[in-house]
Amino acid sequence: MLDLKDKLVLVLGERDGIPAPTIRACAEAAGGQVVYDVTQCFV
Amino acid sequence: MDLEEQGAILRLVEQGDRDRMVVLLGTPTAGSTTMVALTLMQGDPSYAGPLAGVPLGLPVYHVLEDQVKNAVPEDVYDREIGPMGLVLDAPAIVSALADARGQALQT
Repeated sequence: MLDLKDKLVLVLGERDGIPAPTIRACAEAAGGQVVYDVTQCFV
Repeated sequence: MDLEEQGAILRLVEQGDRDRMVVLLGTPTAGSTTMVALTLMQGDPSYAGPLAGVPLGLPVYHVLEDQVKNAVPEDVYDREIGPMGLVLDAPAIVSALADARGQALQT
């Protein structure tokens, strides 16, 4: 089972998928520390 | 994944506590999931960026995978991800990521 507590989380969101702020909120709620996040856009 | 992002992630991994690092993806398709996952696990498959030939071996998960869903408080997950799990082709994305992990193990 994945445990994000005290993990350093790299978030790679995508505009046409799930953006980084959304994933960041989940990671932080699970106890992870987000050290990098980006929302990619290929348009 | 563009070249600038590859470089930023490479620097982070080199400077940081790699054993504690986990990648969470929000990619929209099976194809984009495969490309990003392979880049972060075994190096840039296009051999164009700073991660060409650099197998970081980072654990990569997609936010739609059950493992991630189960790690996040239910109310937060439902609020933040909620309907996106219905819009995107989650089974294809999860399957693509499983295949990418299998490829990474074989190399």
